[in-house]
Amino acid sequence: MSLKGAAYIVGAYEHPTRHAVDKSLGQLHAEVALGALQDAGLTLEDVDGYFCAGDVPGWESQGAGPLSVVEYLGLKLRHLDTTETWGSAYINLVEHAARAIAAGKCRVALITQAGRPRAEKFSPAASHLKQAQSTGEAQFELPYGPVVTNVYGMCAMRHMYEHGTTSEQLAWIKVAASHHAQHNPNAMLRKVVTVEDVLESPVVSTPLHRLDCCVISDGGGAVVLAHPEVARSLKRPLVTPIGAGFTVKHLNGGYFDILASGGVQTGAEAFAQAGVTPRDIQYASLYDSFTITVLIQLENLGFCEPGQGGRFVADGGLISGVGKLAVNTDGGGLCSNHPGNRGGMTKLIEAVRQVRGEAHPEVQVPDCRLALAHGTGGQLGARHGSATLILEREA
Amino acid sequence: MNERTIPSPQPWLETQQYWDAANDGILLLKRCLDTGKVFHYPRAHSPFTGSANTEWCEVSGQGTIYSYSVLNRADPPYCIAYVTLKEGPTVLTNVVTDDFGSLRIGQPVRVEFVASENGQKVPVFRPC
Repeated sequence: MSLKGAAYIVGAYEHPTRHAVDKSLGQLHAEVALGALQDAGLTLEDVDGYFCAGDVPGWESQGAGPLSVVEYLGLKLRHLDTTETWGSAYINLVEHAARAIAAGKCRVALITQAGRPRAEKFSPAASHLKQAQSTGEAQFELPYGPVVTNVYGMCAMRHMYEHGTTSEQLAWIKVAASHHAQHNPNAMLRKVVTVEDVLESPVVSTPLHRLDCCVISDGGGAVVLAHPEVARSLKRPLVTPIGAGFTVKHLNGGYFDILASGGVQTGAEAFAQAGVTPRDIQYASLYDSFTITVLIQLENLGFCEPGQGGRFVADGGLISGVGKLAVNTDGGGLCSNHPGNRGGMTKLIEAVRQVRGEAHPEVQVPDCRLALAHGTGGQLGARHGSATLILEREA
Repeated sequence: MNERTIPSPQPWLETQQYWDAANDGILLLKRCLDTGKVFHYPRAHSPFTGSANTEWCEVSGQGTIYSYSVLNRADPPYCIAYVTLKEGPTVLTNVVTDDFGSLRIGQPVRVEFVASENGQKVPVFRPC
């Protein structure tokens, strides 16, 4: 079923903090909820559907988690949806919310995301030691120390081997993000960097440099979707999802292609549903946990041929107003924000800003009516959720 | 150089045989009897058909590096890799060597077994 006009994104808000030492996780969820509702011209009382992922307080506790945050916010619900696919979840939840609204399950849907790994001094190099031992794969993986950086490092290494991609080409993805981030007053890293800066930064896990990695930041964001009748009563631009795709990609018993993410399937599905092609997309938010994540998603979603990602991004290919495709014009996870180690919400919010014409003037794509947001949640080189969403602003 | 401490696996009942074999220097995998394909990681059900019609099989321990990455930020640095086994599946592992700089994708490697924190041996691979 087409999503077009079934529901509209009427509110979007990104928390300005990047270091929330003085705020609880519950407080961050509340602040982003209120921010997005205020942006829409709605209140908490209007919300009858709530959508969240595993970042809500108490997720790991029996009988708590989503129920607790609903109570914290004082919501009176007719519909609740918790879908945990890490950073990709929020992009996928937009589709869930639109379908729930179309099915009459709710009229105003709130999606929140928040996290504070920076305040909690999260260490990527020790992240595998905190992973659950209770999964089927853990005993066959954790002894080997798969953290985040080295699993993505393997993706980059394989791409270089198969396609001759270079560290210089990957660096251009960071360079583009930094060009955008200089205009974002809330971005963590606002200094414009060069390819040389990236290559001279220490190698974290071969072949990835420190500047190939995203920031670790606190904060979050929220979006609000509404039934068409509600949306038309508000004063915000009418932004509707017109195509969506979701899948879980995994290692398939040991038979997999590390360079083919779930985006191959979700991109094709979203484009078919929307009736548009990658060439029609004016702006793209692509998950950027690492530079290599962007490169592989560009290819998997069909913005370029497999193996051509390196050429596509080189020489400013992703810089708004300069390159072929404006990508992550808020500075993305690489320079601005990756709150709670989950980048899908901020991806969504910048795509909404672009189609509303509310991005920073220096990075705004002229008359942007069609945007794409894509998330990879989990690990690109292992199991992950992939979610693609195509947004359109109605005239 | 200090040795890396390998966190010990926590076996499941359905995988205890794999870990017992590792302690004897044998690499076991599971075969799906419906498709004939050897799969990893081992579990009671085939990831291809869902069937419990699977059996343990001893594999050669020979493979090639599919991809790898050396985590320089760790002390000591170590190499994580996907190794494609001669029998088909690609497995997550460590490649051990005195010379990380010489590693290449496509390089032949062979299994060996090293002790983890509690003494349980785990399979790793070395260039051959």
